Amino acid sequence: MQNNPPEHTITTKDLSIFYGNFLAVTDVNLNIESRKITAIIGPSGCGKSTLLRAFNRMNDFVPSSHVTGEILLHGQNLYGADIDPVEVRRKIGMVFQKPNPFPKSIYENIAWGARINGFKGDMDDLVEQSLRSAALWDEVKDKLKKSAYELSGGQQQRLCIARTIAIQPEIILMDEPASALDPISTLRIEELMQELKQKYTIIIVTHNMQQAARVSDYTAMMMLTGDSRSGTMIEFSETKLIFTNPRDKRTEDYVTGRFG
Amino acid sequence: MNNPQTDNFPEGPSFRRALNARYRSASLWQMVFLSALLIAILSLMTLLYTVADGAFGYVAYEYKHDPTEFSSTPLNELGKDELLSILQSNLSAGAFKKLDNEKPMASRSHADLYSLFLERLLQIDTKQIWSMTDSFLHAAEIRAEATHKYPDAQLEFRSWLTPQFLSSPMSSRAEFAGVRTAILGSLWLVGIAILFALPVGTGAAIYLQEYASKNWLTKIIQTNINNLAGVPSIVYGMLGLAIFVRLLEPLTSGAAFGVIDSNGRTVLSAGLTMGMLVLPLIIINAQEAIKAVPDSLRQASFGVGATRWQTVWHHVLPNALPGILTGSILALSRALGETAPLIVVGASTFISVDPSGPFSKFTALPIQIYQWTTRAQPEFHAIAAASIIVLLILLLSLNAAAILLRNRFQRKY
Amino acid sequence: MNPPFDLTKKPRIGESLIQSLLFLAGVLSIFTTLAIVYVLGKEAWLFFGSPEVTFAKFFGGTKWQPGIGQFGIWPLVTSTLVTSSIAMLVSLPLGLSAALFLSEYASPKTRSALKPILEILAGIPTVVYGYFALLFMTPLLQNIFGEQVQVYNMASAGIVMGIMILPLISSMSEDALSAVPRSLREAAYAMGATKFETSLQIVLPAALSGVGAAFIIGISRAVGETMIVAVAAGAGPNFTFNPFQAAETMTGHIARISGGDLSYNSIDYNSLFAIALMLFLVTLVLNLISQRVVERFREKYE
Ligand SMILES: Nc1ncnc2c1ncn2[C@@H]1O[C@H](COP(=O)(O)OP(=O)(O)OP(=O)(O)O)[C@@H](O)[C@H]1O
Ligand SMILES: [Mg+2]
Repeated sequence: MQNNPPEHTITTKDLSIFYGNFLAVTDVNLNIESRKITAIIGPSGCGKSTLLRAFNRMNDFVPSSHVTGEILLHGQNLYGADIDPVEVRRKIGMVFQKPNPFPKSIYENIAWGARINGFKGDMDDLVEQSLRSAALWDEVKDKLKKSAYELSGGQQQRLCIARTIAIQPEIILMDEPASALDPISTLRIEELMQELKQKYTIIIVTHNMQQAARVSDYTAMMMLTGDSRSGTMIEFSETKLIFTNPRDKRTEDYVTGRFG
Repeated sequence: MNNPQTDNFPEGPSFRRALNARYRSASLWQMVFLSALLIAILSLMTLLYTVADGAFGYVAYEYKHDPTEFSSTPLNELGKDELLSILQSNLSAGAFKKLDNEKPMASRSHADLYSLFLERLLQIDTKQIWSMTDSFLHAAEIRAEATHKYPDAQLEFRSWLTPQFLSSPMSSRAEFAGVRTAILGSLWLVGIAILFALPVGTGAAIYLQEYASKNWLTKIIQTNINNLAGVPSIVYGMLGLAIFVRLLEPLTSGAAFGVIDSNGRTVLSAGLTMGMLVLPLIIINAQEAIKAVPDSLRQASFGVGATRWQTVWHHVLPNALPGILTGSILALSRALGETAPLIVVGASTFISVDPSGPFSKFTALPIQIYQWTTRAQPEFHAIAAASIIVLLILLLSLNAAAILLRNRFQRKY
Repeated sequence: MNPPFDLTKKPRIGESLIQSLLFLAGVLSIFTTLAIVYVLGKEAWLFFGSPEVTFAKFFGGTKWQPGIGQFGIWPLVTSTLVTSSIAMLVSLPLGLSAALFLSEYASPKTRSALKPILEILAGIPTVVYGYFALLFMTPLLQNIFGEQVQVYNMASAGIVMGIMILPLISSMSEDALSAVPRSLREAAYAMGATKFETSLQIVLPAALSGVGAAFIIGISRAVGETMIVAVAAGAGPNFTFNPFQAAETMTGHIARISGGDLSYNSIDYNSLFAIALMLFLVTLVLNLISQRVVERFREKYE
């Protein structure tokens, strides 16, 4: 798998996303490479979350939203008529901006997703492995039965990552996963992402330029454009290129902080 | 990082099978949830139908005496004067005098005299009544049964809810009983209750929202109001019995104001009891209405040098008024339907005199419903059903008024 | 030097007077509670103080006939328990299911069509429910279960009481369910959960304390409900757990005795207040618990 050419997981074709009549995201074409971290950056309101949530059909819960174009996962259109969104989400997990553990014990937070998805193996083992993968095991191994709400914000976020990897998705979406956390917790999450990319494809939305530069392999730059002020992707390439030698003037202004 | 657990998740077709099973149980449960609502709707329909079923239907009745015993004119051609003279000559002098005292015979309407004639002289006797459903579905059988069992009886499809029913006072015979006294009693009650509870409740709400500082006393008052809203209504009845009926008897019976021959079981006592009962509801509603008035309005008023009361009176209250009134109307409809406290404070069991003032004895619509429902004879159940319809219509109009008021004065900000 | 304006405080008689009046209106509610406690307590005190009555008799006896010196409260308590339990057995599953449907499944349009029906159900006077219990539910039960169902019975009163309480349970539970933050539902969906799994396994447990509060308020309502039991459950205390038999509840007893000709200062009269005091205390405790639970619940998600 390490050999070239790169394997693509998600591919979008002329993807546009609407809320009612409002065009939030226009004409996005990108390829997400497998087992790499792709960052989506751009100013507030440019549709980063909207795009991210389209990947696992979370936008379905906004009744007014709909998409045109295609999102292909290994060639299957995720918005095809015969696609079951529940199955999509089982394959494409998500970590949210604010940690949102279930009001259950730490153990149950992880076991629940596995259970509803028909997990057959040793649950204790799965819980331990997932917590270890999320670099949380040592901190919580003595209080697995305690409520997840007793953990710190950073720990809760890692728990949310652990419960996502417990169901063995292929792709993990992260919407500003560290923005509610302190620098130390942020660092831990970033280290964790480096670990996880051995096995998972990660797409992360972030407002933090340094973070995007530090963790991601590829970066997609989004921007509000045109008269309709709808968001679109203006540049997509390897992260080091985006930050050292952007093709687009607007990208350069944004990453160097001259955007305004 | 090789994960041996991956194999433990069903994949592909087996996952899809499992997922389909999950969907099946999900839709099954969704049906269960929906059916709870359907049961609720069905219950409401059944309840309303049961009431209608009782209020209309066939009746077989006989007269104990033949109309020809009293007059040669056919029944439906009897005029008012004829009726009066028939009554005068056939009733005992004492009975006639008593009726005359209740309401002068000469000033009574034709319908009034006619029903007296039926009641006192012909002495109608209801043999059997049938439900509305039976009357529609088995009309032929009913007719056959009636001619067979009661050869002398007349069979007629009757609505127990008639204009007559609304305008007649209480009677010991279901056929002649009406709810005029009860409706008037209910109106008196509700009027007194609101007269007491609306100003006091609004005042309390203003105090809590606009004046009270956040301290322990305020918190106690607030908790206490919430608790009072949950006290069983019959406990309010006990309170009313002890305080208004007994302790304050000189005042509530009117003895202190020169009313003689009365006790504390007056419409005033009952109305005040009802006022206590709805007070917490009115306070809570008024608080919500006052809370909804934006702070900018108060600040604007203070900004031009108004005092607190001027601010409340000129700006807060006018804007909160529709909300307060809506809440009060809802509280009124609660008071209109309450029964238990009235029983305890001593609604009269039999009374045919309209309440004429706060010191009158009284009965009320729900009290009549209760008494007639608990009678054994089916014709009383029929008039209970008829009075339920009256009560429900009153409640419906109150609620419609509340909704209209709410829509009319939709918040402008 | 004199300032051009006088800005010192001046007494405003009108303002202070009005403020005092408003304050009085505010504390009147406290006096109401005190009056209830005083009135019920005083008469109950007289009751327990009378030589014939002992606590042993009161809490030990299974016959209640104050007129002839029998003061066992149990028959009134058990029938209250039976009718309230039946009511909760009916209203909790139905009310909770209805709430789940309304908050998790129904579209805004369906919801706004269905909710008024529950509100109508909640607005029907209880004496009308009494009529319904006696003249519809009892014959229905007699049709199903036959002879063993007496004309007055606790089952029909309990079931109809359950229908009466259903809207309360449903609307309080719905409030609790919709207070569960969206982020929790999203988390569940992102794990590949179906809507049903999310509602039942994530949202419902998260709202459980709110639902519990609704349940407790429901019990308090059922215990204090008078007219349904007065009409349909039977007149006369009866120590039985058989729901098909007639038995008078605490509230039903108060209503029947006080509705008759009752002479003040009799033991009968005092005994009613003792019962009412129990009723008041039980419902007060239930209401307080429920309020605490709701408050905690709100703090958790705000
Ligand atoms: N549920 C919704 N309904 C309607 N419009 C929405 C909804 N969610 C987002 N939008 C709109 O879509 C546009 C993009 O929003 P989105 O949340 O994707 O931006 P973002 O790039 O993630 O911003 P931020 O960096 O602040 O998180 C915005 O104009 C927003 O107002
Ligand atoms: Mg966003």
